[in-house]
Amino acid sequence: MAIRDEFPRLASAAFDEVVSHSHVRDVRLASGRTLALVTLDNGRDHTRPSTLGPETLFELGDVLEAQRARGAAGEIDAIAVTGKPYFLAAGVDLSNVADIPDRATAAELPRLGHRVLGLLHEAPVPTFVFINGLALGGGLEIGLNADYRTINAAAPAVALPEVFLGLIPGWGGATILPNLIGIESALKVVIENPLKQNRMLKPAEAFELGIADAMFGPATFLESSLRWSDEVLGGKKVERRHVPGTIERTVKWPVALRIARESLQKRIGTVPAAPYRALELLELARKNDRKAGFAAEDEAIADLASGDQFVASIYAFNLVQKRAKRPAGAPDKELAKKVSKVGIIGAGLMASQFALLFVRRLQVPVVITDLDQSRVDKALEGIRGEIDKLADKGRISSDEQQRLRALVSGTVDKADFAECDWVIEAVFEELAVKQQVFAEVEPHLSETAVIATNTSSLSVEQIGAKLAHPERLVGFHFFNPVAVMPLIEVVKTPQTDDATLATAMRVAKDLKKNAVITRDTPGFVVNRVLAKLLGEAMHAVEQGTPFESVVEAQQAFGFPMDPFVLLDLVGLKVGAHVLDTHHGAFPDRFFESKALHELAEQGVLLEKDSKGEAKGIDKRARKIVAKHTPKGAVPLSVDELRLRIEDGLADEIKRMLDDRVVEAAEDIDLCMILGAGWPFQMGGITPYLDRVGASERVFGGTFHDPRIEGVKA
Amino acid sequence: MANDDVVFVDGVRTPFGRAGEKGMYWQTRADDLAVKALTGLLERNPSLPLDRVDDVAIAATTQTGDQGLTLGRTVGMLAGLPVTVPGYALDRMCAGAMTAVTTVAGGIAFGAYDVAIAGGVEHMGHHPMGLDADPNPRFVSEKLVSMDALNMGKTAERIHDRYPHLTKERSDRYAMASQQKYAAALAAGHITPDLIPVATQTPEGWGLATADEAPRPETTMEGLAGLKTPFRDHGRVTAGNASGLNDGATMSIVASASAAKELGLSTKMRMVSFAFAGVDPDIMGIGPVPSTEKALRKAGLSIDDIGLFELNEAFAVQVLAFTDHFGIADDDPRVNPWGGAIAIGHPLASSGVRLMLQLARQFEQRPDVRYGVTAMCVGLGQGGTVIWENPHHKRYGKSN
Repeated sequence: MAIRDEFPRLASAAFDEVVSHSHVRDVRLASGRTLALVTLDNGRDHTRPSTLGPETLFELGDVLEAQRARGAAGEIDAIAVTGKPYFLAAGVDLSNVADIPDRATAAELPRLGHRVLGLLHEAPVPTFVFINGLALGGGLEIGLNADYRTINAAAPAVALPEVFLGLIPGWGGATILPNLIGIESALKVVIENPLKQNRMLKPAEAFELGIADAMFGPATFLESSLRWSDEVLGGKKVERRHVPGTIERTVKWPVALRIARESLQKRIGTVPAAPYRALELLELARKNDRKAGFAAEDEAIADLASGDQFVASIYAFNLVQKRAKRPAGAPDKELAKKVSKVGIIGAGLMASQFALLFVRRLQVPVVITDLDQSRVDKALEGIRGEIDKLADKGRISSDEQQRLRALVSGTVDKADFAECDWVIEAVFEELAVKQQVFAEVEPHLSETAVIATNTSSLSVEQIGAKLAHPERLVGFHFFNPVAVMPLIEVVKTPQTDDATLATAMRVAKDLKKNAVITRDTPGFVVNRVLAKLLGEAMHAVEQGTPFESVVEAQQAFGFPMDPFVLLDLVGLKVGAHVLDTHHGAFPDRFFESKALHELAEQGVLLEKDSKGEAKGIDKRARKIVAKHTPKGAVPLSVDELRLRIEDGLADEIKRMLDDRVVEAAEDIDLCMILGAGWPFQMGGITPYLDRVGASERVFGGTFHDPRIEGVKA
Repeated sequence: MANDDVVFVDGVRTPFGRAGEKGMYWQTRADDLAVKALTGLLERNPSLPLDRVDDVAIAATTQTGDQGLTLGRTVGMLAGLPVTVPGYALDRMCAGAMTAVTTVAGGIAFGAYDVAIAGGVEHMGHHPMGLDADPNPRFVSEKLVSMDALNMGKTAERIHDRYPHLTKERSDRYAMASQQKYAAALAAGHITPDLIPVATQTPEGWGLATADEAPRPETTMEGLAGLKTPFRDHGRVTAGNASGLNDGATMSIVASASAAKELGLSTKMRMVSFAFAGVDPDIMGIGPVPSTEKALRKAGLSIDDIGLFELNEAFAVQVLAFTDHFGIADDDPRVNPWGGAIAIGHPLASSGVRLMLQLARQFEQRPDVRYGVTAMCVGLGQGGTVIWENPHHKRYGKSN
């Protein structure tokens, strides 16, 4: 019976799968033994990694069954699996998982993986996997199921990224890995790394952790792996020093899990389901009972893969992977003007951050300017110091260090901007100031130079009101810290021409940032959405709602931090200013906060421990807020506030879309994911608002049709 | 023994494949063949510190595409040699690898190098002979060579013309013997130890090339008699009594005797002399005759001092022209005792080192033999010869 007949639902579901075929050839080893070598190959070039869908697994399963039979008959001495050049396999084809029609079908997927990959375990002959290239998720699990693994020292990455996407390693990974490399390393690979922006392992790390038994260089990886296999077949001992012993299982294991659970709760709260399911599986793995472990993996995948969080995560993943790379509403790329010299107006902290980023990524001359030579000199010293630090850390070579140091210069004479074809300001956030600096600079610029403003709250159009050529002005809104945050809101005014916009998109891309195009409306996207949230939070406490209730009301969402920690992070003054701006623009919908202004003046909000971590709200802050509570104020319950926030966000985002601030709800989500770190499991924000019913309540519809949610049956 | 003596430390090769779409290396790059040979060579000589390699000389006849970009440099880098190790590419068509060895030997003898890598590669599937060549029209207009001179098969027919007693029957018999001697040597385990296995990409997935692809041990005189003569109607040269079109790479370590000693490297052969010579391009196959005479003269040896010959079998008749000239029988056991290119294949620029590593292994088994010859013919009328001394011989290093 073919494997496919055991999985009728997957077999009949119409997935659009690029099948990775399982080719098999007998290889004669030097000793005279025969090894059946299975090559996974989807027949596409290096731009399309092999992935593992149902058809791929059916074929692999049949091939492995046949090889096991040959092994039992004494025809072959070993079975090995490897991949086409550069890839073992990049895991499950996610588009297939997202197309799963119902829970019963979802439940077949982990069972299929266990069934097929399990054929590499307790086979009649020893089994090997040669990790020749990228091995992610199910790809790496092929290896984990085998008896032995080798790894190519030049493989780009190996990882179990499932938790990053709202799943768990459910083809044996969660059960086998900790029993191979120990609980602490397994926690790192299965949970910590995926939650650190999906960090992956380099081959040397994987080898060091004990994931692979041997590592060989790329020039003769397969030849060396085959020779090594021959030695193992001939009796060579394979040492596994990380395999947990009794003490690790009885003592270390529970402690490690407790610590991991506590740190998870602190870092991401308890809303995301996948990391906690992974913890449970790793806990269960302590008994090293594959059968029980695999059954638990089956259950976990069936639950998660059919759930809301996973579907939202895939949506978010696709936004970041695809939509971010092809920004909606972007003009023809060909229109972009060449940027061969950059001028930065200002010599403060932000200007210095810009200079460093621009010079490093664009590798063109960068001129900073200020009215005061000593400020310019100080900024230059700081920028060059940062370049030196990069060199000291080995991030850039000493030649590159010299090159970058020589590319930055400073001036107090705006005439030195004559050759700049991209000028960006980083001066005080005040309309008159920005208007004035641009007015001073423009006469020195060529007709075609693009002018960018980093304003976060002012009207870009008004900033350009005094320009002779306002069509060359564009908003270019970074998020702090500039070097780290991946988003730039590119703001288009009614005058901004396509060449200017195309240039801004090109510059953003060259800076390795993701750009989203927005209209010139207050707060653009990220600040407007955050202002809604923070305004509601400050309003609630001013109405006498306990801080703790406000925190609790927002916990259900799974935001990366509570509103008061967020205010502390962006700075209380900036926060107060943002609320003012939005209240000024939309007084009936956004709250300003007198209390926040006073908190900002006093510089007090959070109570922190010696390490600077928030422990709670400072008593003085409570008193200040209490002072601003009006007579007859009515505190909100947790549920009332949560509903207010949900509905308020749905309402505001609907207005933004109706007003065409961005092209689509997807762009709002992309902004919130990249600019505010909102989690994949919420899908940014709009899938979440649909699934909690806020969209229906507020405007009688949904942002997405069909909704982005798990299968119901 | 002088310190500037040149010694052949070790040599390896990839299994030789059949050129073309059905050949085992069709989806393997030429430079990767060279990289794998070099990697394998370095792995089996672990006492050689990589930064002590003074130069890398790699030959190819067609130096474009996957055989372009200065092979000695690129292959060195790809095989993991430090960036401080230089490299270059060179070409003397079929004698490329032989010339790589003699050229670095010259550098060693001069004292410029202590240790060098010399090898060759030819992927005749990716680089069919003469493809994209643009011979100067003067060759024809001034009758510098006949049109036949550029077609190696036709030059072989010319040898039959010149020496009518070297009949097709003798050629076929020699060819069959080459197949049989190779099969016996393979079975005796003489061939495989110097082969570096190569992982091959194929439509059926990865495979591992561990043996030569071209040999036809089942060859019979009847079978050979029935083959077409593609170079001339009613001719004598056939696919059966000529070497084929092949893919493969060879690699060797050549060192000064003192460096070999210092680094604990083996000495498999000592270079006694070498020579290249030119002949009429129309009959290029006789090139090894004058080159061997010259090399013997330089060495102060006579043909009778030579106990083993490793002659490249571009064509059977071309080997017979050599043996006939020196009064050696067609089936003399000193000549190609393990068969030759007719069985193994002849990936042009790689073959020179294949002759050497095979002679080196025979030296090991034959301490009674003091001197051996490696020789080959070259397109456009050349021959190349290197004479080697066997370190296992009791009079090794002593004067004659």
